[in-house]
Amino acid sequence: MHTYPTPSTPQETAGWAAEVGRRAASIRRASLRMVHAARLGHPGGDLSCADILATLYFHVLRVDPASPYDPSRDRFIMSKGHASAALFATLAEAGFFPLNDLDTYMQPLSLLNGHPDRNKVPGVEANTGPLGHGLPIAVGAALAAKMDGATWRTFVLTGDGELQEGSNWEAIMAASQFGLDNLTAVVDRNRLQQGDATEHTIALEPLADRWRAFGWGVVEVDGHDVSALAAAFDALPAVQGRPTCVIARTFKGRGISFIEDRVEWHHRVPTDAELAAALRELTGDGGEE
Amino acid sequence: MSTKADCRIAFAEALIALAEADRRVVAVASDSVGSSNLKEFKRRFPERLVNVGIAEQNLVGVSAGLASAGKIPFACAASCFLTARALEQVKVDLAYSRHNVKLCGMSSGLAYGELGPTHHSIEDLAWMRVIANMTVVVPADPVETAQAVRAAAAMDGPVFLRLSRLPVPDVHPAGYAFQVGRAALLRQGLDVTLVAAGVTVAPALEAAGLLDADGISAAVLNLSTIRPIDRESIVAAASRGPIVTVEEHTVYGGLGSAVAEAVVTSRPVRMRMLGVPGVFAPTGSAEFLLAHFGLTPEGIRGAARSLVRES
Repeated sequence: MHTYPTPSTPQETAGWAAEVGRRAASIRRASLRMVHAARLGHPGGDLSCADILATLYFHVLRVDPASPYDPSRDRFIMSKGHASAALFATLAEAGFFPLNDLDTYMQPLSLLNGHPDRNKVPGVEANTGPLGHGLPIAVGAALAAKMDGATWRTFVLTGDGELQEGSNWEAIMAASQFGLDNLTAVVDRNRLQQGDATEHTIALEPLADRWRAFGWGVVEVDGHDVSALAAAFDALPAVQGRPTCVIARTFKGRGISFIEDRVEWHHRVPTDAELAAALRELTGDGGEE
Repeated sequence: MSTKADCRIAFAEALIALAEADRRVVAVASDSVGSSNLKEFKRRFPERLVNVGIAEQNLVGVSAGLASAGKIPFACAASCFLTARALEQVKVDLAYSRHNVKLCGMSSGLAYGELGPTHHSIEDLAWMRVIANMTVVVPADPVETAQAVRAAAAMDGPVFLRLSRLPVPDVHPAGYAFQVGRAALLRQGLDVTLVAAGVTVAPALEAAGLLDADGISAAVLNLSTIRPIDRESIVAAASRGPIVTVEEHTVYGGLGSAVAEAVVTSRPVRMRMLGVPGVFAPTGSAEFLLAHFGLTPEGIRGAARSLVRES
């Protein structure tokens, strides 16, 4: 069994927020390079969740890249598996595998498939891609921890459009029934799905009220403010005895002026010139090149 | 043959014995505690019985999550709903992910006869056996059911156990030892081989007895593991002569197709495939429907006799 340090808090570690910000910028740069090189991917959703992933992996999660299968680790399940570039970039940043491996993204026989595979990539906890799969798996994991009296926690990141899948609501009801206060669902609320705005497709609002009505504690935060995200994660569970939903208000393509909040960048691939321009914008975003 | 028994009794007893010996064993139900015969399990191990309500997708996803944290979940639901409603979860969360979950498809085949085609599960073998990493087992009697439950728990990986509620006699000799991937030759024969699984094994054995009177020597092979298939036993059967497959399932994609795949790529012989001929079944009891589709000793005898005479 592995011993994890107590998670750092803003008071304890000076400069932590700047460090998380630097990581987020690195994740954005790597994601864009990966999508550009593969000529495939989902850059809009990669960039909307970069700050959430950076906050989780560099401030919240008790995981150790040297022992990726340790039974007492916290679990993070990436339900929005199409944002695999951001997930792989995060895991590489965290040291689960070499950064150079990111160059193989979606190349023939690469371990880095277009959607994550737990049997190929250390640090990946669930095979996702079809939507609405992560939350049920997370409920099972959190339930197992409860059965064992274990203190590890389960986090799951879903897209917002993904919540149109009914399987999520089966899991949301079950988590509340089982009192899984060791489970946190983060919704990447970027308001856009593949073809249009969520509210113009099948509306999700009032989203926080819906989660509350299903028995969850809900916190709404700016999903690009790492201090606000960390404050929410440091105060879990939001309501004693209940699972927590963190609705992270985000923008698809966050950080790149010509990608941000544009529906067509769900799976558009940047040209050479667009990649160069995007990387120039990100260099000013707290990240050194 | 012996008196008939509902295999769910042997299933529940085996599961309880496993749970006594291994804390990792949990049962997961979708409001299916009664129909899966899990009431005694729930009484004995209330903290290890998870009921997710009427939600098969969540049943499979939650089971995957439990397995990811080291549990050995037996996910139990009516086979028609478990395999159809949650098919993507079975493919992705269990098979592709290689999660150690045992799917228990209860009341499979035509068991829910009168309830109609919504409740018939005559496509489940086809759906389960085409998915990579899946092991598919159809026990034929209480003894084999108990052994299949233990074997499923002992192996690492997703398993589909196709169980019935129709009473069946013991079809195996004393001392029978089930092995995953190994078919059992229950009767020697020279002219034709009857290949069956689950509730069709007993009528196949009876048919072999009737064929003796026709001067036809029929072997009977219990193909209780549909995947991975026992290629060696099927090639041996094909070497003897023609093959009749008998399944409580559509003839498309199930046991007969699996046997045919092995036969045509090794030692082609003529086959006759008995089962549901690609239709939704009419109204009637399971017994009526089995007879309607010729899955009786007489029906099997007739098919085997004509096949042997044509060959």
